[in-house]
Amino acid sequence: MSVRQAMPGIFALEGVGLSVGGAPVIADVTLALAPGSLNVLLGPTLSGKTTLMRLMAGLDKPSSGRILTGGQDVTGVPVRKRSVAMVYQQFVNYPSLSVYENIASPLRVAGLAGGEIDARVQEAARVLRLEPLLKRMPSQLSGGQQQRTAIARALVKRAGLVLLDEPLANLDYKLREELREELPRIFARTGAILVYATTEPTEALLLGGTAITLKEGRVTQVGPAAQVYRAPETIEAARVFSDPPLNELAFAKRGGALSLEGGRAAPANGVFAALPDGDYRMGFRADALALGAGAEGRLTFPGEVAVTEISGSESFVHVDVGQGVWVSLASGVRDLARGEKIAVSVDPAHAFVFDAAGRLASARPPAKPA
Amino acid sequence: MARITLDGIAHAYGGAPRSEADYALKPLRHVWEQGKAYALLGPSGCGKTTLLNVISGLVIPSEGRLLFDDVDVTRLPTERRNIAQVFQFPVIYDTMTVAENLAFPLKNRGMAREVIDRRVAEVAAMLDLTRDLGRRARGLTADAKQKISLGRGLVRADVSAVLFDEPLTVIDPALKWELRAKLKAVHRALDLLMIYVTHDQTEALTFADKVVVLNDGKAVQIGTPAELFERPEHTFVGYFIGSPGMNFIPARVSGAKASVEGYEFPLGAAYAGLPEGGVKVGVRPEFVALTSGGGLPVQVRRVADLGRKRLAYVTLGPHPIVATVPADFPGVGDAARIAIDPANAHVYVDDLRRQGAPA
Repeated sequence: MSVRQAMPGIFALEGVGLSVGGAPVIADVTLALAPGSLNVLLGPTLSGKTTLMRLMAGLDKPSSGRILTGGQDVTGVPVRKRSVAMVYQQFVNYPSLSVYENIASPLRVAGLAGGEIDARVQEAARVLRLEPLLKRMPSQLSGGQQQRTAIARALVKRAGLVLLDEPLANLDYKLREELREELPRIFARTGAILVYATTEPTEALLLGGTAITLKEGRVTQVGPAAQVYRAPETIEAARVFSDPPLNELAFAKRGGALSLEGGRAAPANGVFAALPDGDYRMGFRADALALGAGAEGRLTFPGEVAVTEISGSESFVHVDVGQGVWVSLASGVRDLARGEKIAVSVDPAHAFVFDAAGRLASARPPAKPA
Repeated sequence: MARITLDGIAHAYGGAPRSEADYALKPLRHVWEQGKAYALLGPSGCGKTTLLNVISGLVIPSEGRLLFDDVDVTRLPTERRNIAQVFQFPVIYDTMTVAENLAFPLKNRGMAREVIDRRVAEVAAMLDLTRDLGRRARGLTADAKQKISLGRGLVRADVSAVLFDEPLTVIDPALKWELRAKLKAVHRALDLLMIYVTHDQTEALTFADKVVVLNDGKAVQIGTPAELFERPEHTFVGYFIGSPGMNFIPARVSGAKASVEGYEFPLGAAYAGLPEGGVKVGVRPEFVALTSGGGLPVQVRRVADLGRKRLAYVTLGPHPIVATVPADFPGVGDAARIAIDPANAHVYVDDLRRQGAPA
């Protein structure tokens, strides 16, 4: 891989697709990533995150579409001729090289002068707190230290495009918390375009930046992370961005009335009034589902407790409502017995309504602060 | 079914420890009750896997005795301990069907056909595997295979304990919720002693009746999820449980008042005879609020928007503090004030919680 100064200009994908054996794995992806931006690819395993990153890097060639750097077509240009650095979930280091030489390796390949190499390695080691470890071999490092070494190697290249593929997934929870804080800031200073892949909605929100939600090789939404979270445009984006999983209920509107999955009827008031007749699905997150029967205007469902999970300050109560098991997030410690009868309720204004094609149909997003 | 007693269990790899630091697992005395779920929680190298290996028989502890009910099993090999284990990665036979995989631990022990069938059907139903029973395991996703591994761990009713070693690490977030909930429901239904090793506090807190928090080979606190959250006995527990963890602010404490950088705030209890140095006030971000009125003046460094809540990263003088920002709180400027909830503020001296007297 060559070592260059950060490339100027937008990194763009135009209608990029990839088919393997005739089957599309990436379909019609169009993105424009600005220098210095943080972009988070959010999607479950097999949604195409790694495949898309490999296309961005030039490790694989797309079957359709173009890839542009600063307006210049680089679609067929192999990875070693691009200004790209990549960090994988499984830390990759050269086992026979010291930490110092691991970090220096791309610079040696590029033929930089010794003084310049040393300056860059020392700087990266300082930023990633590896200074005391530079003489060690990878086998003498913890997982977190190994991954910091791999990240330092990506940093010294000063690549214009840095691709981090679930870089913290194999690390301890607390270490993940700390590195997640540091990583965007470390690379922001270089002016690089940062692309970060994760399966976790909370990680995407904590990182901030632009969220790009993926579902089966397609981009379902692009926008500021908190905005995509609050106003998903499709049911796929809402599902990918919900942890605990989105609670869902199918319903139909006919005339002035709703018939809900499970056989109940409800008046088509409030957010439902403006909907044209048709088949819909509503989705609401755990924090929008309250325990106990709701007041006038809320939709109330009878159910029974399937399981209660306590996570310190909050409890996740899984309630079987007949059509499935929903999760309610309640504050405090609620130790409810399995099988206990309990009602749950949701304010329709806090539910997303999607049409039969999965597109957002409710006129306004849930009332939540910006 | 059994009760497990750790009678002064400790382990030093290579034996003959010369100091505290030589122990991978420092002496531990505790009883794990039949039918309960326990989690061993801590970072890499904390000793949680060593402890699990002592229980499974992979490691013979250099000190202490391990009792299953009243039987000393300290030196018994794994196969004579009557335990079931589930590992981080699925361990199943690809050429067998799902049903054969689930039945394997029972067949191995020569159980009657009808007992095996009944038990396999029961466990398959609990884990939503009924439809897949006739399928070969080959070709199933990693998630599905791990579900079968969990099933194999749970299929024997006669085990002393079921040990789980980070079983959900390879599972996607959405399925993690489902499997965790299932595991918990199964635990309630099957009356088994379960021991679960993880570095993920959410998994530990949501799964276990009691959590053993380990750091540096030492069990720093054993408690219910609520106890660990509300009253961490050690600063490590405050830091490790909660996301983000507890704030620790160096302070001078006298009576029911704390003073930081010349600013005073009330505490929920009174403390006497504290040393000058090494005193910290610990308070979780959930109990630090940005206020529009009075409070301690802070600089706001950053606000993270987590959708259903926001976190403000602030500094009080040189001390970093994380505060939760209420959903209805207006925009946050560079300067703000915070209020610390006295009832949920604790005092730590040399990392250990001090119990105050009613104020």
